[in-house]
Amino acid sequence: MSKVKEADDRFKKFGTVSFTSITKTNDFVDYLEDNKVMGTRCKDCGTSFFPPRADCHQCLASNTEWFEVSGKGKLVTYSKLEYAPIGFQDDVPYCIALVDYGDYKVFGRISNDLSEEDIQVGMEVQTVVNTLPNGQLNYVFTKA
Amino acid sequence: MGKVAIIGVGQSTFVRSYPGSIRELVFEGFKEAMQDAQLSTKDIDASVVCSAPEYDKQRSPAGVFAEYLGLNPQPTFYVETLCSSSSTGLKLAYSLVKSGLHDTVAVIGFQKMSEISSSESQERMGRGADIQWESPFGTMMPAYYAMYAKAHMEKYGTTLDDLALIRVKAATYGQLNERAVYRKPVEFEMFSDPENRMAGPVASPLRVGDCCANADGSACIIVASEEKAKSISKKPVWILGVGAASTSVNLAGRDLFTGLTVAQQAAQQAYEMAGVGPKDIDVAEVHDCFTIAEMMAYENLGFAKPGEGKELIRNKETYQEGNIPVNVDGGLLSKGHPIGATGGSQIRTIVLQLRDEAGDIQVKDPEIGLVHNIGGVGLYGNVTLLGRG
Repeated sequence: MSKVKEADDRFKKFGTVSFTSITKTNDFVDYLEDNKVMGTRCKDCGTSFFPPRADCHQCLASNTEWFEVSGKGKLVTYSKLEYAPIGFQDDVPYCIALVDYGDYKVFGRISNDLSEEDIQVGMEVQTVVNTLPNGQLNYVFTKA
Repeated sequence: MGKVAIIGVGQSTFVRSYPGSIRELVFEGFKEAMQDAQLSTKDIDASVVCSAPEYDKQRSPAGVFAEYLGLNPQPTFYVETLCSSSSTGLKLAYSLVKSGLHDTVAVIGFQKMSEISSSESQERMGRGADIQWESPFGTMMPAYYAMYAKAHMEKYGTTLDDLALIRVKAATYGQLNERAVYRKPVEFEMFSDPENRMAGPVASPLRVGDCCANADGSACIIVASEEKAKSISKKPVWILGVGAASTSVNLAGRDLFTGLTVAQQAAQQAYEMAGVGPKDIDVAEVHDCFTIAEMMAYENLGFAKPGEGKELIRNKETYQEGNIPVNVDGGLLSKGHPIGATGGSQIRTIVLQLRDEAGDIQVKDPEIGLVHNIGGVGLYGNVTLLGRG
């Protein structure tokens, strides 16, 4: 009788298509299911990380805690895609963007609720959890 | 420790779909470089093979090429920095020769992108970014560079017309380059005609005309020690400076979106090593995978101040007869972009310029040339300075 240990592959639920399923930051997906977008912070030196990391390159510790990405950030730049890679064609058109929260930045998508006329570089946005049509989870930026 | 020279350059014709295998493709660039250097295979002490993985089915292509090119039993190995792989290969060859380990090294760059479909290829290019945290959003190379374009336009007032001018320049010279994929003229007006393919949207603000095309191709650069170069080469071109840098893969880890830090840093290193500055450069090849990439290169290399790159193209300063000719071989926008071969092709163009052998696109008496070759979305930066003998 072989004991097969089940892989913790929760991360496969992140994004329209996830390209990796196993990471020490798998709890990120549980938090998404709980409607929270979370980053990690090094408990030893206090550095904030987004995207979340299990290991701190500042002090080489692997002693992180989760914090919620909350409040307002500023839209740094974005692009609206008219073509998409394989697996994302049904999502077109969509905007990818970068948002600056001061201590850290967040790369993601802009909510489809915003039309392109509503999008301005420098505008204030917030980051919210989003369920995709295929049941996968990601996060998007909406007007703050 | 002596100087290090380039004594032979070659490249295949860049095509959309090469009618042969990768070893046959690589043979074309290699043959031209070996004939240029007037060497036989026993003169090559080692080979460095450069490409971005995933486009070919062959694992570890270096061994296959060493056999096919007659480079056994000499050592061979593989290096990769995405689109700047062959500049990285050149830097390694420089180190191997400079250290005295080898006298003559062949740098072989190649890519046969046509073995997979264009959309598959786009998917792979998207995975050149952070596959854990970025790719799940559906990212593509044009969209990343488009984000830089948007930021540059917002901050500096660079316009879509400025970007179109860069493509028009590329096409001016692409028409003269028999090795280029895209050899048709491109008129400025095409970008304002919604029916024209050039104006078609890809990833805002970038349009079809702002993007280079995938291609199949190979290039080869023969690097030699000073002693060897002087004994066998009539026109050695000297490697004066090599610079390279890296940055965060995920855009969230970066602070600058109106330029590429890796290009600034690599340029600074190369200038310092060569003891020259931007004003000393007589001819340059820059990594124009997208029009905005050339615009940022003007500024990151110091040809223009930040935000003033647009003045260079508006005033045609980067044309053949301008103050600082850039990409007068048509650039990636015309030649196409066979990832691992691109840097080698850029180096070849500058070597031919410095030897006064560039034909129709020859600039007047260049002493120092520059190659700017970027891997990924500003992930790996490489700047190489070359000088005539």
